[in-house]
Amino acid sequence: MEHIVIIGNGISGVTVARHIRKLSDKKITIVSAETDYFFSRTALMYIYMGHMKFEHTQPYENWFWDKNRIGLKKGYVKTIDTKSKTLHFAEGDTLEYDKLIIATGSKPNKFGWPGQDLDGAQGLYSKQDLDTLERNAPSNKVCKRAVIVGGGLIGIELAEMLNSRSIPVTFLVREDSFWNGVLPEGESAMINRHIKNHHIDLRLGVNLKEIKADDTGKVKSIIVAETGEEIDCTVVGLTAGVSPNITFLKDSGIETNRGVLVNRHLETNIKDIFAIGDCAEQREAIGQRRPIEAVWYTGRMMGEALAQTICDNPTEYKPGHWFNSAKFLDIEYQTYGWVFSKPRENETHFHWIHEDDTKCITVCYDTKDKTFLGINTFGIRMRHEVFDRWLTEKRDVDYVMNHLNEANFDPEFYKHFEREILATYNNKLQTA
Amino acid sequence: MSNKLNHSMSLAKPDALGISRKQKIALAIGIVGLFILALALFNTNFPNKALFLSLSLGLITAGTVIYSREAYLTKLEGIKNDGAWFKSISSRGAWGWIVGVVLTTFYIVLYFYPTLLGLGKDGAANTGLISLFDPLSNLLSGRPASQWFVYGTLYTVAIFAFGYKFILKYRHNRYEQIRTVSVMFFQLAFAFLIPEFMYRMNSNLPYYDLKSVWPLNYYIFDEWSVKGFLSNGNIGLALIIFGIVSIFVITPILTYKYGKRWYCSWVCGCGGLAETAGDSFRHLSSKKMSAWKLERWLIHVVLVFSVVMTVAMVYTYLGYDSNDFWLTKGVFIGLVIGFLTLVFAVIMYFKRSELGKDAKYGAIGFFATIALLMGMHFTGTTEEVFFIKGSALRSAYGLYIGSIFSGVIGTGFYPILGSRAWCRFGCPMAAILGFQQRMFSKFRITTNGGQCISCGNCSNSCEMGIDVRAYAQKGENIVRSSCVGCGICSAVCPRGVLKLENDSMEGRINPTEVLLGNDVDLMKLVNKQ
Repeated sequence: MEHIVIIGNGISGVTVARHIRKLSDKKITIVSAETDYFFSRTALMYIYMGHMKFEHTQPYENWFWDKNRIGLKKGYVKTIDTKSKTLHFAEGDTLEYDKLIIATGSKPNKFGWPGQDLDGAQGLYSKQDLDTLERNAPSNKVCKRAVIVGGGLIGIELAEMLNSRSIPVTFLVREDSFWNGVLPEGESAMINRHIKNHHIDLRLGVNLKEIKADDTGKVKSIIVAETGEEIDCTVVGLTAGVSPNITFLKDSGIETNRGVLVNRHLETNIKDIFAIGDCAEQREAIGQRRPIEAVWYTGRMMGEALAQTICDNPTEYKPGHWFNSAKFLDIEYQTYGWVFSKPRENETHFHWIHEDDTKCITVCYDTKDKTFLGINTFGIRMRHEVFDRWLTEKRDVDYVMNHLNEANFDPEFYKHFEREILATYNNKLQTA
Repeated sequence: MSNKLNHSMSLAKPDALGISRKQKIALAIGIVGLFILALALFNTNFPNKALFLSLSLGLITAGTVIYSREAYLTKLEGIKNDGAWFKSISSRGAWGWIVGVVLTTFYIVLYFYPTLLGLGKDGAANTGLISLFDPLSNLLSGRPASQWFVYGTLYTVAIFAFGYKFILKYRHNRYEQIRTVSVMFFQLAFAFLIPEFMYRMNSNLPYYDLKSVWPLNYYIFDEWSVKGFLSNGNIGLALIIFGIVSIFVITPILTYKYGKRWYCSWVCGCGGLAETAGDSFRHLSSKKMSAWKLERWLIHVVLVFSVVMTVAMVYTYLGYDSNDFWLTKGVFIGLVIGFLTLVFAVIMYFKRSELGKDAKYGAIGFFATIALLMGMHFTGTTEEVFFIKGSALRSAYGLYIGSIFSGVIGTGFYPILGSRAWCRFGCPMAAILGFQQRMFSKFRITTNGGQCISCGNCSNSCEMGIDVRAYAQKGENIVRSSCVGCGICSAVCPRGVLKLENDSMEGRINPTEVLLGNDVDLMKLVNKQ
């Protein structure tokens, strides 16, 4: 019986395993050094905040794996011998495979800041990172102040987490507005204000120079590069993005760049070895997508596609229309299609913001033929299915604006804003 | 395996997250209010009962209101679950167990030893706690209080005080606010005031909470109840007809249009208490597959028990001779069996394919009920069914289901089993509504394409123990008989994945393997089954 070994028990690895099981009787083993069972990484923050316990972040009960004959092996893969098709573990044992799927995810970026490895400086990615945070910042008595470096999705989650325990937070963001490499100006500015409303000390346009230690080697303060200001703190969150977690592949002969290089069938340069999820890097661009997409949904989609290939139905990874979501403190964000931070050539943005400063949308469309290209929505839930259909049908922006209520996904009795949005839209057209 | 490292065993300060000074004062105010009740319980004879009762209930309410305002209005609108699993009271800690034991004890005394609360026996004046409520009872209905009046008053105060807290907690969510106003209204008007006023107008009418539908209201077809109604002319007849219409006409129509939520989380008193006072405990319900299996057996056994018990009760007081009254024992049993068979046949004809394996269990349940009814008919006399007294069956049901299950376990165990243990495992009304919701209803919780991140907030906050995430992460709508439509899963979802809605029956249940957002060809290939 063919033995499929998957390194990594995140959403990508688990999705591919589940689908292989549905399609075949192959022997499946998932290897992980992080946890015994699959958990939802995106939910780690809720454990620290006390909304859930760790076991609640596990989407499947523990009997699920036995019942579905998916073997789980706890161990850290040190090296891969691709000739003999063998994994060598740090613990000393080995495991042979017929087909290998690398789904090892990411690790937090560190940019060589002085003091970045001190006790108290940490990223937030793994279960271990969460345990470290619980030790470093159990309460505002132990942690008088935390500094977060890096204004992305993990940074703002970490800020929300610390805020939930009344730990004062200083949030250093390199850009001059939060996440404005991704978000258009109006949205980014709204989130800036929302962060400040939560009494988080948001510092825009500043970088970390160094992290200083006290006598015991623990974090004591940080220095801001631009101003030279010293900020006392006991925890430093390093959340300046993530990169593929693939250092263990260095001498394996598997071709890598920033990530593991794969073709559209998610195959690496070595036969019978595949890579999916955060750690995979596409050799050829897929539409306007980045070669590495460290996103829950794309990891899952790669798993769905690869299972077909493994089970003798060679299938390209062909993701559909781009979509994503996040939550910035109390404001939910969804995006469908492409809305870049600045309109690109032949693109126009329409922006509407509600007077309460917690809801806004940005619609991107083709300036010439008015084709709807994408929407960002904050504080208003929208239907994935509807926008996916409109994008496929290449609807024009007028159609979308006039039918926006069909896409509304807010709970019942919520106030609707479609009329106000449409009025603003029509108004702008006349003045434009 | 809790992630929390600094577990505190301290009773004085069990929580890592402190409360503000204002909240401490609010707690103190509430405790003074409760203390007055405790003093009354131990037979302190207050000089001006009306004053002290108002003071007590007022202080309890004021304490809760001040506490809630400080908890929620000092923060921006949004999800307020910080520390729910850290706090001793809401994570089965020491305070959780203490509250559980106190509540359980209260229910045991209430149901079985009301004299301990001060109930005057055989016309004697009330003493203790119950006498404290005499002025209010006299004001409303012109009679002294009973243990049920005390309970009803406290119940209503709890729904109002904690309902206010709930409205503040979800002040960004109009569905939750409107729903809560609805349960507050139905509790105050239908369960509390109207029956008292009805008594004032006609003291011979049995207590009737109009919104309490059979089989939740299991005593409505008791002999004393039916006789009580029928001996009171047109108004009594109208009431009993309303009771029958409620279950056979109103309930199916509303459940078809809106799902069982119209009742369970908008109208029902048990649901009202669970949604307000029980809100802090909603996450404690078990989401395990094993709990779901237990639930399905238990709730349907209770349903069969309640149907058989009610039929037996009615059976024993009906006559044999159709010349006296057209509805004889034989006709009645025939009608019941005919109705059950009709329902069974309709389900099997239209929904056989949807039911799959469950059809077998449904058939077993149906034939077991029919067998019991037949057995009853052939062993039945005016007094006995199955050679035991019909009234014994009725009192067993009242004791084990009506009192112990719904009260002592259902509410007393809030801090241990979560807020809806009764609704989930025991309520026969919920079983009927749920069955209909699963089979013939426009209601579902829609999953938003491929947006789920499997975080588990939805499942965690489901008071009915539904593993909502298991559906959401497959892009599948949630159509479950137990869902009471409280809407909290949708509220807490960080990615806007869930929406409660009433839409067409077609495509309501939509299992998918490959989610929206991936290659369309692959989705078509895998999702066609």
